[in-house]
Amino acid sequence: MPSLLVVEQALNGLQFGLMLFLLAAGLTLVFGVMDMINLAHGSLYMVGAFLAAWLVGLTGSFTLGVVGAVALTFAFGMALEAGLLRTLYARDHLSQVLATFALILILNDGTRMVFGNDLPLSAPAALAGPVELLPGLQYPAYRLLILGVGLALAVLLWLLVQKTRLGALVRAGASNRTMATAMGVDIPRLFTLVFGIGAALCAVAGAFLGPLLAVQVGMGENILILAFVVIVIGGIGSIRGALVGAILVGCIDTLGRTGLQHMFRAFLPPQWASAAGPAVASIAVYVFMAVVLAFRPQGLFPARG
Amino acid sequence: MRGAAALAAAGLAAALPWLLAALGLDFYLSLANRILVAAIAATSLNLVLGYGGLVSLGHAAFVGLGGYATGILVSEGVTNGWLHLAATLAVAGLAALVIGAISLRTRGVYFIMITLAFAQMLFYLANSIKGYGGDEGLIIRARSVFALGALALDLKNPTVCYEVALAVLAVTLYALARFVPSRFGRAVLAIRDDDLRAEALGFPTYRLKLVLFVVAGLLAGIAGALGANQQGYVGPNTLHWTQSGTFMVMVILGGVATVWGGVAGAVVLLLLQEVLGAWTEYWAFWTGWVLLAVVLFARRGLVGLFERRGRVAGPPAVDAARPAEQAP
Repeated sequence: MPSLLVVEQALNGLQFGLMLFLLAAGLTLVFGVMDMINLAHGSLYMVGAFLAAWLVGLTGSFTLGVVGAVALTFAFGMALEAGLLRTLYARDHLSQVLATFALILILNDGTRMVFGNDLPLSAPAALAGPVELLPGLQYPAYRLLILGVGLALAVLLWLLVQKTRLGALVRAGASNRTMATAMGVDIPRLFTLVFGIGAALCAVAGAFLGPLLAVQVGMGENILILAFVVIVIGGIGSIRGALVGAILVGCIDTLGRTGLQHMFRAFLPPQWASAAGPAVASIAVYVFMAVVLAFRPQGLFPARG
Repeated sequence: MRGAAALAAAGLAAALPWLLAALGLDFYLSLANRILVAAIAATSLNLVLGYGGLVSLGHAAFVGLGGYATGILVSEGVTNGWLHLAATLAVAGLAALVIGAISLRTRGVYFIMITLAFAQMLFYLANSIKGYGGDEGLIIRARSVFALGALALDLKNPTVCYEVALAVLAVTLYALARFVPSRFGRAVLAIRDDDLRAEALGFPTYRLKLVLFVVAGLLAGIAGALGANQQGYVGPNTLHWTQSGTFMVMVILGGVATVWGGVAGAVVLLLLQEVLGAWTEYWAFWTGWVLLAVVLFARRGLVGLFERRGRVAGPPAVDAARPAEQAP
């Protein structure tokens, strides 16, 4: 594979990984601290993307649309947590699976009722063209924006978790919820807020990936599973683990897709190679997870000490 | 009295294709077929999930493997049903053995994720086999034909397909009812409730769980082969994780660790789809609300609403299967 293509694909992988991280960050906290399996987390990503597409169409401004979608999804996430998910924390995993699977059905069809099966969302016109990063390496400006936003949010989230009082409370909860409650942390209220932030991050990922993938009903289901893989690799409950896991999964998936295709072309007919490449890359992500679990059953960065 | 009622119900179920034909409702035979196939698959999941306490989120993989084993043989020109059955059992059994052997070394949440991961690998594999439909799935033009002496049961006939599926379900339920009070069944329940204690008592816990997992995989494979025959199609979506989730929903809806739980869940969920689907295109929306109501108000599932207290094997001890350091 030519080296410029490798650089381009590595950037794509990093960009996809950062968006995965935005999804995984909220998921890992809910999973790690509340021991709650939330299958509907991917639906928040879908809701955010649809709201963004709708608001961008309404206001004509990409920025306004994204900001509005993030704010609305933040409020929606908090309402969902306080109204329903909170009652599920004390229930067993099976009840959580059933309830959040029901939520997927409701949110998918609810979105379809309100917005239809899909909505158009395109990148802002000013960022439509490519930028020359290196001599001979043209990279789409919009993808650079995603990279920048993803990196900025990752740093912001790291500061929030490591350097603020809120972050200290969240870390205390993730490490030992009972002890944190005993020390006077109001875990339920804290978690409504954390869930809202997680939902808002989903909306960011949905809004920015929308123009690259597609804003359609059911878009959350496949990416949700990748987010679960990310948090299992990173260690359930660990934000740092989610970041490392997300970038690893993003790069394996993206580089695998094109890299393996090139490799297979050496000994397979082209149409077989183009089908086998993506399949093997997708499988590689799960093989990687199985290997990580075999050697570090608690993930790369266990949150509980 | 109970025996007579059960016999009457069984007779009614067996006569359903002719009853529907007499009433001019032939159309519903395919719905009945789909319900039977889903009931077998959900019951097989209940075996691992309910009785074994092993929350597998990859069960659709075995259903899909059974479907593909049959579909690929048919598209290679083999219509001998016994060969289809042998291939289904070999493929689903081998997959369950390998996946189970690896997954059962983990517990709790990690077991959920690793079974899901294996199912996703097979899903992508199914997507990539261009020779057999690839991502569009495989259309199955002929069906399994089972030669029984002079008799040839061709599953192309929906009534034959129905009766075969009904027989498989009946045998499954009978075996499940016999399994619960058996030595193997009691050992499995003991492992579910406290595997350390069961191990201390001398049970080979890992091996017993693996046997349970493989039996469930074989049964799911048979359900998949029947489903492929009934629909004339098998595709990657048969293995998708939302399909595994749907089987899980059927089990939880019907009743975890109850003999009839998988059947009740399959009947209710598919009838809900059918009834709501006739009334609105947004049937999934309303199904979701019904499921939420079940979670919040019928904690033991639908069968739990009708069972007398103390007659069921108890809720799954999923919490006991979590690693100690994860307990709150």
